[in-house]
Amino acid sequence: MRDAPERITHYLCIGCPLGCRLEVEEDESGAIVEIRGFSCRKGKVFAEREHTDPRRMIATTVTVVGGRWPRLPVSVTEEVPRDRMWDVVKALRSVVIDAPVAMGEVIVADVAATGVDVVATRDMPLAEIAR
Amino acid sequence: MTALQHLATRYDVIVVGAGPAGMGAAVGALEGGVDRVLVVDREIEAGGILNQCIHSGFGLHHFGEELTGPEYAQRFLEQLLERDIEIATDCYVLDVAHDRTVTLMSPEIGVRRVAAGSVVLAMGARERTRGAIRIPGSRPAGVMTAGLAQRLVNQIGVLPGRRAVILGSGDIGLIMARRMTLEGIDVPGVFEIMTHANGLTRNIVQCLHDFDIPLHLSTTVVEIHGRDRVEQVTVAPVDDRLRPDLSRARTIACDTLLLSIGLIPENELSQKLGIRIDPATAGPVVSSAMETSRDGVFAGGNVVHIHDLVDFVTQESLLAGESAARFVTGRRRPADNIRLVAGSNVASVVPHTISSDSDHTVYLRVRRPLEKSWLRLGDVYERRLRYVVPAELVTLTVRPRFLERFHGDSLVIDIVPRDEPGRYEE
Ligand SMILES: Cc1cc2nc3c(=O)[nH]c(=O)nc-3n(C[C@H](O)[C@H](O)[C@H](O)COP(=O)(O)OP(=O)(O)OC[C@H]3O[C@@H](n4cnc5c(N)ncnc54)[C@H](O)[C@@H]3O)c2cc1C
Ligand code: SF4
Repeated sequence: MRDAPERITHYLCIGCPLGCRLEVEEDESGAIVEIRGFSCRKGKVFAEREHTDPRRMIATTVTVVGGRWPRLPVSVTEEVPRDRMWDVVKALRSVVIDAPVAMGEVIVADVAATGVDVVATRDMPLAEIAR
Repeated sequence: MTALQHLATRYDVIVVGAGPAGMGAAVGALEGGVDRVLVVDREIEAGGILNQCIHSGFGLHHFGEELTGPEYAQRFLEQLLERDIEIATDCYVLDVAHDRTVTLMSPEIGVRRVAAGSVVLAMGARERTRGAIRIPGSRPAGVMTAGLAQRLVNQIGVLPGRRAVILGSGDIGLIMARRMTLEGIDVPGVFEIMTHANGLTRNIVQCLHDFDIPLHLSTTVVEIHGRDRVEQVTVAPVDDRLRPDLSRARTIACDTLLLSIGLIPENELSQKLGIRIDPATAGPVVSSAMETSRDGVFAGGNVVHIHDLVDFVTQESLLAGESAARFVTGRRRPADNIRLVAGSNVASVVPHTISSDSDHTVYLRVRRPLEKSWLRLGDVYERRLRYVVPAELVTLTVRPRFLERFHGDSLVIDIVPRDEPGRYEE
């Protein structure tokens, strides 16, 4: 007999406002035995994904010099593994870039060796000359 | 952008506010058949609140992809620039008169009066502050709204503190819990007076759970301590009548308290104009054409009612702009003939009136979460809803065929539990 509760992980489905409480049960080898608690297919897919390969978008800012604002918003171009989130954020802390910047410009390529680029999410024009 | 010196003395449509609502209204006006459109904003750039909402989650409906706030704003702005819509930034709208003369003020041109064929109000909303909920205690620095903190962190590059407690579980507060954590600020918890979270489940999971930030429901901040700067706050659980149980109060050390306790439509200009305001939305009463109670004055976006999805803001304000253009060119649609009334478990309904001759999108805000319910429109139509929560607007499209045999002048909208069978069940 195996110790059942230790093999069950809980998730909250984000697929719709219903917020189903999902359970993923796995065996000793870590293979999924059963997924429970979903009310639709979307929830099942979500649980499987969250359990095996959770990924997240990351949006933050970097320092920009000479721009309209002191911070430039940036984002990864696709989701990165959740457990690499901090590596990405930390890699971006020391980035300093000069204005002007165009939306979509690559700010850091292959950030923290995730294979994903970080791009500017807006134009950052040069600061207007003070009136 | 417009050089303010070259401002004309008259426009077909003037839009107040260049957030997504104002930009949508301007595009709508052009599509509606006018060509002299001016959009005015007091900020130094267009985009409204979107410029500080750097997270993704915008535009799934309108652009068919998930964008960040600044991306959504810039895509829209590009549409305005392509169409030669004039945008005056760093320019405050002081007044809109009955004859639709708009008074502007800017450092560049001083005070200037400009005539408009019609006006669209798109001033957005502002955040509720401490005064709105009356937390007792001292008045130290470090108490601010979540949106202000968002602007400080994301645009100006100033961190609001080192350890921040968040009061209210609205999306802005949840987003800021994650944002501050990523910036190295400690977030000991989010406190929500209601029994349910106010924000989207997605934000609960990705902004709180991902970072092990606890969410305390049915709990509120009862006192703020500190002389010059916040030093700690007292929190206490509340009973079912929202009265705090001080015997179970505890204190939490922090130097910052962020308030995420809701938005209020910004309607000073509307009030000065004598426009009818709906107490339920705190925004103007509007027709299905998004026209207010003043002839030729239209409104869209958060100024009308608080939206959770910017895509709906866009949809609504495109319509407001189109109607504003129709007004100017003498092609107004026939007047509405049916009043919509908020019934059981419906806190607000927008628009307030509709006509029976075309399709109308109606936005509903519910009072309580409800699993499996009926959405009922008088006794002419009903639909099953899987789940409703106050944090998400419910949309209903009212079609002429629902109203074929209806001859009344008002319809009550209810959202009621589905424990009884539907009226028109097979
Ligand atoms: C902090 C925050 C986070 C959000 N997160 C999301 C999200 O994740 N996903 C999503 O879909 N939606 C989100 N929303 C909702 C959505 O962004 C808003 O509903 C939308 O921005 C509202 O658009 P608006 O144009 O009505 O108002 P705003 O964007 O507020 O624009 C109003 C504009 O009017 C200007 N203005 C006001 N008064 C005057 C005056 N007298 N003269 C000149 N200019 C004036 C202001 O400067 C401002 O630029 C969020 C909203 C907020 C506040
Ligand atoms: S499982 Fe389906 S019904 Fe339940 S929350 Fe997820 S998407 Fe919604």
